[in-house]
Amino acid sequence: MMEFFIDPNRCIGCQSCVQACSECDTHKGHSMIHLEYVDRATSVQTAPVVCMHCDQPTCAEVCPADAIKRTADGVVQTARKPRCIACSNCVLACPFGVPEVKVELKMMMKCDMCYDRTSVGKKPMCATVCPSQALFFGTREQLEQLRPRSTPVNQFQFGAQTITTKVNMLVPKTGKAEYIYVTAALNETTIGKEITLNILQEAYD
Amino acid sequence: MATLPNQLDSITQRYGPHLTFNTGVRLATGVEPDKVVKTHCCFCGQQCGIQLKVKDNQVIGFEPWEDFPFNQGMLCPKGVKRYLQGAHPDRLTTALERDEKAAAGFRPLGYDTAIQRVASEIQRIQSTYGNEAFGILSGASLTIEKAYLMGKFARVALKTPNIDYNGRLCMVSAAAGNKKAFGIDRAANPWADMLSSEVIWIAGANVAECAPITTNYVWQARERGAKIIVVDPRITPIARTCDLFLPIKPGRDIALFNGILHLMIENDWLDHEFINNHSVGFDALAKHVKQWTPRHTAEATGITERAIRQAAEMWGQAKSSFLLHARGIEHHSHGVQNVLGAINIVLASGRIGRDGCGYATITGQGNGQGGREHGQKCDQLPGARDITNPEHRAYIAGVWGIDEKEMPGAGVDAYELIRKIERGEIKGLLSLCFNPVVSLPDNEYVARMLDKLEFYCVIDFFLNESAYHADIVLPGSLHEEDEGIVTQIEGRVIKINKAIDPPGEAKQDWRIIQDISKAMGRERGFTFTEPREILDELRVASKGGIADYSGITYEKIEAQGGVFWPCPDNDHKGTERLFEPNSWNPIAKGAGPFYFPDGKARFNVAPYTPPTEDTDDEYPLMLTTGRVVSQFLSGTQTRRIGPLVNQYPEPRIELHPQLAEKLGIKDGDWATAETRRGAITLQASVVTTIRPDTIFIPYHWPGRKSANRLTIAAQDPISKIPEYKVCAVKLRKSEAPTND
Repeated sequence: MMEFFIDPNRCIGCQSCVQACSECDTHKGHSMIHLEYVDRATSVQTAPVVCMHCDQPTCAEVCPADAIKRTADGVVQTARKPRCIACSNCVLACPFGVPEVKVELKMMMKCDMCYDRTSVGKKPMCATVCPSQALFFGTREQLEQLRPRSTPVNQFQFGAQTITTKVNMLVPKTGKAEYIYVTAALNETTIGKEITLNILQEAYD
Repeated sequence: MATLPNQLDSITQRYGPHLTFNTGVRLATGVEPDKVVKTHCCFCGQQCGIQLKVKDNQVIGFEPWEDFPFNQGMLCPKGVKRYLQGAHPDRLTTALERDEKAAAGFRPLGYDTAIQRVASEIQRIQSTYGNEAFGILSGASLTIEKAYLMGKFARVALKTPNIDYNGRLCMVSAAAGNKKAFGIDRAANPWADMLSSEVIWIAGANVAECAPITTNYVWQARERGAKIIVVDPRITPIARTCDLFLPIKPGRDIALFNGILHLMIENDWLDHEFINNHSVGFDALAKHVKQWTPRHTAEATGITERAIRQAAEMWGQAKSSFLLHARGIEHHSHGVQNVLGAINIVLASGRIGRDGCGYATITGQGNGQGGREHGQKCDQLPGARDITNPEHRAYIAGVWGIDEKEMPGAGVDAYELIRKIERGEIKGLLSLCFNPVVSLPDNEYVARMLDKLEFYCVIDFFLNESAYHADIVLPGSLHEEDEGIVTQIEGRVIKINKAIDPPGEAKQDWRIIQDISKAMGRERGFTFTEPREILDELRVASKGGIADYSGITYEKIEAQGGVFWPCPDNDHKGTERLFEPNSWNPIAKGAGPFYFPDGKARFNVAPYTPPTEDTDDEYPLMLTTGRVVSQFLSGTQTRRIGPLVNQYPEPRIELHPQLAEKLGIKDGDWATAETRRGAITLQASVVTTIRPDTIFIPYHWPGRKSANRLTIAAQDPISKIPEYKVCAVKLRKSEAPTND
């Protein structure tokens, strides 16, 4: 079975995923990927965010119009156009910040893992083009062969809420964690900040 | 005569750059394309495979080409959006003639009339001032067929020595260094060889932004245990997570390589067997680098002694390695010496010519490799032959059916060609695939020189900024409107396939060149009816040369997923890796793997010299220039593609917060960078990812946003590459410019 794996360690911020996302036939012209600098003033680090496709999607749970459906194979879809009332509940509730309300369409849109492609055995557009393969789509066997230093995690802790997702985050095998404690991580300093400052400072002094 | 028209606003209103986005059929879902064409990206030297979807003679989108071995479907944002350059409102569909009375400075002209006019102007200039008074500037984004034809056109139809190309701004330092050390100019290894390297050394290469797909090769090597060393004045995305980052002062690379070699010798981290049996010149070099102690190296490079020792240890003790470099070390007035320094530490390690042991420059332009091999360079003939070598001349004269005595000698480099305009030695110019007023250094001088010409003809598909100075503009072809071969970053020759026909009166560039030849009454040798016929002639012309393409056909390329040159006969499958032990080549004839009569590689003493323009009290900072991932070269194409422009709309000045504080500049403030050539005012980006004594500006924009208003026209004495990567600059806070 092919699965989606994200390795932010590899991301180079090129936006190829963002640009390719808007070429996907189910949502042409709209990119569903968020790619942000973590803190450009101190680092070139970027983080690509696709929908994590939760087992129990918070976006669907808070939707008053029951417009967000999850397919039998676990893909959480864009809001159903006839039902969506563009209330933004999902936007506010999603712990990963994925859904977006498209004002001009009066509806919410989000990553559906290129359902038109993945449902027929193709890779999603973003993971196909990603030059650093920070976004990787393949089997567990391929992952083990290609990424021996990393291990996939698909449990996330947000305060009291534990979320299990279809999409995996790759973490280093050294210091392996059972789950990623997101709210705790919010208070951490960007890794690399002090290091990069020191290297350049030392060089200059 | 061809002065810049006053109505600049009306020119840009009419001819752009306007932005295209996916609209209409390109936005509609579920559209069945008429055909899907397997071809390659039109931008950088990686030449990623891509499939273009075509409907009603328009490229409406793309589909990744996952079976192509190099990129396996991967694409950078430029490749993803390149299709939006087609069916563009700015596209030139007729010839244009300069007309001061016309609303936008030009009026449309019938194609045949335009060709006649170009031919008669060439003849007028040549009969008045001599053949040499007409010059040609060509480009390394052209297919090999076109590049070959341009060289032939200059020497045979125009009989002028004065042709050069924009690879002069790109590949020539690496080419000269490779020829001196190896006797051949090509990436030594396919990229797959990187995967089993213990150490990858990346010098002056912003891999993530300039060769994005190469990133996956580097990361994949790291997954298998490779350590990554990056040398750059900026923490680029590839440097962010590397194992060792060396924040070098711009222009000091040779000092670092000499310092590393010093430590390799001191610690005996050398491959004596390789040095003794397969190289020449080590002793003289060892003597030279004695002075490059870690302390001396640290002083020159601005890198700490500790980091230099660490790098030497990682490099010196590795069992396998791959060294990559790019324009960061090559764009210098001592660019060739920097390249030689890099090669010296590779040769001293003996780690070349096998899997996991490699060396390469990262070629910049689409056909940066192939475009520099077949004769559009001022001193070169097809097959990487030398125009001053009597045997080479005789052979090519035979292929071309001319008397060897009629063939002009060596011309001058592209920048010298511009200087020749100032001296009145060049009166007429034709440029193709080259936008000198954006891409050449000190470009306000270049613009003045174009205005001095009696006649200037530009062939392009959009009205690039240099064409504003033209008398006649001929409508050329986009990448997807022609076919031909290109040699990518690894030395792999690939095939560009035609997807659509050129619109209106636009024509494939090689047809335009042939039409001019015919109008001049010199059509002999210019009667090809398709690119395949040009390739057939090139195969003969390159036969026996170092860049031997004689066994390369469109069919073989398709069957094998590309063919690595040299490929000297029809049964040969090509040469993926150079310098393999016991390999044969036509120069060494079995004496050894390198391309010299004795088969041995050359160590070269590479003395350190500082940049041509060092900092002083008046200009206390260093300026370095480069690319961003969403733009390409002078931006003629990418500044017209909406989503790419939106990704990075305007150039910014990158500076360190320490410097920013001293100058009172905050992130987003306007700041003026000024050198002895000129000044430009841009917004500041205050980031800790750059040396505090250096500022960075990307170079893709024209006019008052052009980094090349600032850069220096100093050149390497051997390669003639301009020193884009360092000059002295001062910076001050300022107000937003009003003359937008």
